[in-house]
Amino acid sequence: MKVSVAWLRELSGIDLPVDELSRVLTMGGLEVEETAPVAADFEGVVVAHVREVAPHPDADKLRVAQVDAGTGSALQIVCGAPNVAAGQKVPCALVGAKLPGLAIKAAKLRGVESHGMLCSARELGLSDDHAGLLVLPPDAPVGRDIREYLELGDTVLTLKLTPNRGDCLSMAGVIREIAALTGRPAGLAEPKPVAATIPDAREVRITERKACGYYAGRVIRGLDPAARTPDWMARRLERAGLRPRSPLVDITNFVMLERGQPMHAFDDAKLKGAIDVRMAKPGEELKLLTEAWAEYIPNLLLITDESGPVALGGVMGGFDTMVTAATTDVFFEAAWFHPEAIQGRARALALASDAAYRFERGVDFAATRAALERATALTLEICGGRAGPVSEASGELPPREPTRVRPARVRALLGYDIADDFMGEAFGRLRCAVSREAAGFVVTPPSWRFDLAIEEDFVEEVARVHGFEHVPARVPRSSLPMVPSPEGRRSRHGLKLAAAALGYQEVVNYSFVSSQWEQDFAGNASAVRLANPIASNMDVMRSTLLGGLVAAVKSNLNRGEERVRLFEIGRCFLGEGPEDREQPERLAAIAYGSRLPEQWGEKSPAADFFDAKADLEAIAGASLELAFVPFRHPACHPGRCARVRAGDRDVGIVGELHPALQLKYELDLAPVLFELDCDALLEGRAPRFAGVSRMPAVRRDLAVVVDEKLPAGALLEAIRASVPACVRQVEVFDLYRGKGVENGQKSLAFRIVMQDTARTLTDAQVEEIVASVRLLLSQKFNALPRT
Amino acid sequence: MPSPDDIVSAARSAFEAAASVADLEQAKARFLGKAGALTELLKGLGKLPAADRPAAGAAINEAKVRVEELVQARRGALAAAELESRLAAESIDVTLPGRHQSAGGLHPISRAQERIERLFASMGFSVADGPEIENDFYNFTALRMFPDHPSRSMQDTFYVADSDKVLRTHTSPVQIRYMRSHKPPIRIICPGRVYRVDHDATHSPMFHQLEGLWVDEGVSLADLKGTVAQFLRAFFERDDIEVRFRPSYFPFVEPGVEIDMEWERKDGEVKYLEIAGAGVVHPDVLRNGGIDPERYSGFAFGMGIDRLAMLKYGVNDLRLFFDNDLKFLRQFR
Repeated sequence: MKVSVAWLRELSGIDLPVDELSRVLTMGGLEVEETAPVAADFEGVVVAHVREVAPHPDADKLRVAQVDAGTGSALQIVCGAPNVAAGQKVPCALVGAKLPGLAIKAAKLRGVESHGMLCSARELGLSDDHAGLLVLPPDAPVGRDIREYLELGDTVLTLKLTPNRGDCLSMAGVIREIAALTGRPAGLAEPKPVAATIPDAREVRITERKACGYYAGRVIRGLDPAARTPDWMARRLERAGLRPRSPLVDITNFVMLERGQPMHAFDDAKLKGAIDVRMAKPGEELKLLTEAWAEYIPNLLLITDESGPVALGGVMGGFDTMVTAATTDVFFEAAWFHPEAIQGRARALALASDAAYRFERGVDFAATRAALERATALTLEICGGRAGPVSEASGELPPREPTRVRPARVRALLGYDIADDFMGEAFGRLRCAVSREAAGFVVTPPSWRFDLAIEEDFVEEVARVHGFEHVPARVPRSSLPMVPSPEGRRSRHGLKLAAAALGYQEVVNYSFVSSQWEQDFAGNASAVRLANPIASNMDVMRSTLLGGLVAAVKSNLNRGEERVRLFEIGRCFLGEGPEDREQPERLAAIAYGSRLPEQWGEKSPAADFFDAKADLEAIAGASLELAFVPFRHPACHPGRCARVRAGDRDVGIVGELHPALQLKYELDLAPVLFELDCDALLEGRAPRFAGVSRMPAVRRDLAVVVDEKLPAGALLEAIRASVPACVRQVEVFDLYRGKGVENGQKSLAFRIVMQDTARTLTDAQVEEIVASVRLLLSQKFNALPRT
Repeated sequence: MPSPDDIVSAARSAFEAAASVADLEQAKARFLGKAGALTELLKGLGKLPAADRPAAGAAINEAKVRVEELVQARRGALAAAELESRLAAESIDVTLPGRHQSAGGLHPISRAQERIERLFASMGFSVADGPEIENDFYNFTALRMFPDHPSRSMQDTFYVADSDKVLRTHTSPVQIRYMRSHKPPIRIICPGRVYRVDHDATHSPMFHQLEGLWVDEGVSLADLKGTVAQFLRAFFERDDIEVRFRPSYFPFVEPGVEIDMEWERKDGEVKYLEIAGAGVVHPDVLRNGGIDPERYSGFAFGMGIDRLAMLKYGVNDLRLFFDNDLKFLRQFR
C-alpha cells in the first residue's frame, strides 16, 4: 500500500515530519518498506508558456524558443527536446535554478543566448522519461512554482501490511492508526449525504445473506461523457500506484483508496431489472472487464441482474455491463462481503483484484454507505448528472463480541508493568467500546477490525499503543531440568566431523531433483512429485543423495578441480508420510580421483571400492557391526557394489559408479560412493568394561584355497559363528591368485587370534580349534588347505 | 730399547693416526699385542738386575694402563665420529610436506547450526526435528493458517502433486508435533531445511530455519527479548547488540513481533537488520499441542540460519551456499 504524505496531511492535518511518520508507522506494526520523494530536490522551476519556436541558425538539433515564464518579459531559451512546440505549457528552470547536479546560468549555445532550460520529467527526477519535455495541462498557471503546482514536495511511503491489517488498506485506515498510536485526534470527515434529485432507483436484493452483509446502489443519470478526471485525482491515484483510466472508474478507485471501500460502477443502461447477490450455479460463467472469462467454481458469489451474472461479488465486474466512454447513466455499487466469502476466489480464478484483496482481509462494514455518498458527490462534481435515491438491502453483518481482558494477564504475557489506566486509554484510542468490570475490561472492537477476538489480541494492542520498545529484555527464569544426553547415541555433528576427517567436504544440495536423476541413481519411476516445481529439472523429491553428489563432483571438475571428495547429510523421500522410514535422513559420500592428494611421498592410485568401504566403516565407528553383501544398485557397477547390513537391517549401499552413468555424466574416472541411513549411524554404544586378560594371546594363520566366486565374507561369517569365545579375532590378511593356485580358485589366509581370560591355552586346545575351522571350511566351502 | 714413556708417546701418535676402529685395533696390537712393544719390554725384565726390576715393572705396567686409556679414548672418539657421519648421511629435508589425506570440512551452514545448537543447549534447549514433507494440518491449520486465508499467501508453498501434502514452509510444525508428545516445561530449537517457491538473489527455494519454542508457567514477551538478545550477542560474539521489537503478524503467535537487531552505528544512525519473526504462542496453538493456555504460556521464534551464517562469516550472496563450489566451501575449514 502506497501512501502519499501530502494526501495524508491534507485529509488529517497530521503534520509529523516524514521520518517521524515513518517511525511511528513502522514501530506500530505498519512497516514502512520504502520512503520515496516523488521528485528530485530542485528549485527555481516554474510553469512557462512556449510562445514561439524557431530553428537554431547554427545547429540542426536545437531550437530557439521564446517563452513566458511569468517573469515579466519573454525569455529566449535554446532547447534540444524534439517535442517542443509553440502553445505548450512546460516546466522552465530559470536562471539561478538548481537542478540535480546542475545549476542554470545564462549561456550562449552555438552563438545563441539562452536564459534558462525547459525540462523533461527525468530532469526533475519525476520519472525516467526523457523522450521530450514534460508537457503540462493547458490550464497550468504561468509562473507558478512547479513544485507547488505538481505537489512535488510529496513523499510516498510504501507500507508492507500484514494480512491481519486489512483495515489499514486506505488513507482513512492509516490516519486512524496514526491517531491511535500518537494519541492525537484525527479522522476523516463523514461525507454529507447527497439528496436525490431524480426518483430513478434500481431494486437490490441479497439472496446470499451470510456472504453479503449489506448492499447499497445508486443510479446517477445525465453524466457528461466528455468529462475528464481532474489532475488532483489522477495524481492521487498515480501516487498510490494506480493508473487513471476514466472518471467513473477513477472515482471508484479513489474512494477505495481514501476510505477502504471497494466499489463498482455499472453502466446503468446495460443492466436489466433488479440486482441480486447469490452464489454461482454450475455452468454459469462471466466475461470479466479484463475480457478474461470466469468459469464456475463452488461458492463463487455473483452479482446478477435479470439477464444473469453481471459481476463477481467482491472481486471484479463483468465486461458487458462495465462503464465506457459513452456511459451517461451509472449504477454504483458499494457492498460489504464477508471475508470468508471472498477468500481464495481471486486466486482460484487467477485474478488480480484490489477489491478482493481488501474484502478477503476485511472491510469496515459500517462505512459502506458513506463511501457511496462520497462517490456520488465526486461524480456530480466531475461528471455532472443527477442522482437517484440509494437502494439498500441487508444481509448478516458480523457480530461484534465483547472480550474480557484481565490487566494481570496483559502484564503476565508482556512481562512488564503497564498501568490499568493506560490499557483503558489504549482501547479507547483504538476506538473500541470499553467498559470496566471487577474482573477486568470488557472490550468490543470497532467495525473495521477483524483481528481482535480473544484476550491475547488485545494484549498485543495494548503493547502496540504503548510501544513495543518498552518491552524489557529479561533474562529468563525457569525450571531447568538437565537435558538428557544418552551416551549410546552419537551426534549428527559427530558424523559430519568424522566424514570431514576422512577428507570429505560437506555440500548442501536441493532436495528437489530432476526425475531423470531419480531414474538414473535410484531406478525410481514413482518419486514424490511436486505440483509446482521451481523448474522442470527440479520436479521430484530425491530418494537418494547420490545424484546431487555426482552433479556436484562434475561441476567442481568443470571448475578445474582434479580430485573431489564430498558428502551430504539430508533427508530422502521414499514416501509422503511423516515417519522417518518414509523420509529417512541419510549420509552419502563420493570420492573421485586418487586415494590421496598428489604428493611427493606417495604415488596413489584412484580411490576404489575398498577405500569407500573403509571410509564408511570409519564413519560408522566401532559400535555398529556391519556386514557387506554383494548387491545390484542402479547407481553402481553391478560387480562392485554391496548392500551394507547392520544385524538384520539394510542400512545402506557402497559401490563404484555404474560405467553407464560415468559415461552419461562425463566423468573420466569412476567415482566410488556410499549412502547410509543416519538412524543406524547415530546408534552408538556406551562402553562397558569386560576385564583385561593377562593370559598370552596365540595367533595361528590358516590359508585355504577356495572357488574364485566365493565371497570372503561368507567364510569369515561362518568361522566367526562357529568358534568358541576364546577366539578374539578372525580376519582375512591375505588374498592370492596366481602361481600355485589353479585358475578359477583363490587363496585366502585367515589370522585367528585366541586368548582365554582365565588360563593359558594349551597347544592341544589351539590345534583343536584350528582343526575345527579347517574342517568347517572344507565341509561347507569345499576349501582345500593351501600347500 | 725404548723407554715406557717413549712407547706411550709412540702409541699416542699411532692411535691419533688411526682413521677407523679397525686401524685402531691394529695399532693397539703393535703396543699391547703378543709381540707388542710393551709386551717385549716385559719380556726383557728378567735381564735387569733384581733390584731394578720392581721399579721397571711398575713403569711398564703404568705405561700399559696409559696406552689402554689412550685406546679407549680414541675408540670413543672414532665411534662418535662414525655415528656423526651416519646421522649426517641419514638426514632428511624436513621442509618437505607431511604425508597426508586431503582435509575435508563442514558446510558453513552446518558450522553455524552446530554453534547455534551448542549455545541454546547451554540454556537448556534440546534439539527437535520433524518431517520435511508435511501435511496441511501441521504446516498450516494447526498454526491457524486456515485454508484460503490471506496469511497462507505470506509463504509461497510447494505442493506435492496429487496429494494434500506440502514441503514445510517453516519449521513451526515441529512446535505442534513436539508439544503433542512432551509436557511443559518445553525448551526446544528445531533447525532444518524449509521450502518456499521463491528464487532470486536473496531467496533460495530451499533454506534453513531455526525454530525456538519455550513453554512454561509465566513465560512472557520480555523473556523472548532476553533470550534472543543473549543468543545474538553470544552467536556474533559482540556485547553491543541490542534488539528491538516491532509489532507484526504470524497467525500462530499473539502478540506477534518482528525482531530487529542493531547491527551498525554510523554517524549516529543505527542500522537495524530484521533477524526473526516471533511472539507469544497463540492459545489455540497451545491447545492444538495439548497444553492448557491458562496455566502455561510460551514464546516461539523463527530465524534464518543461512542469514545468521551470512552475517557471521561475511558471505554476501545466499546462492553461494547452494553452489557447492569447493573454492567457496574450503574457506570454512
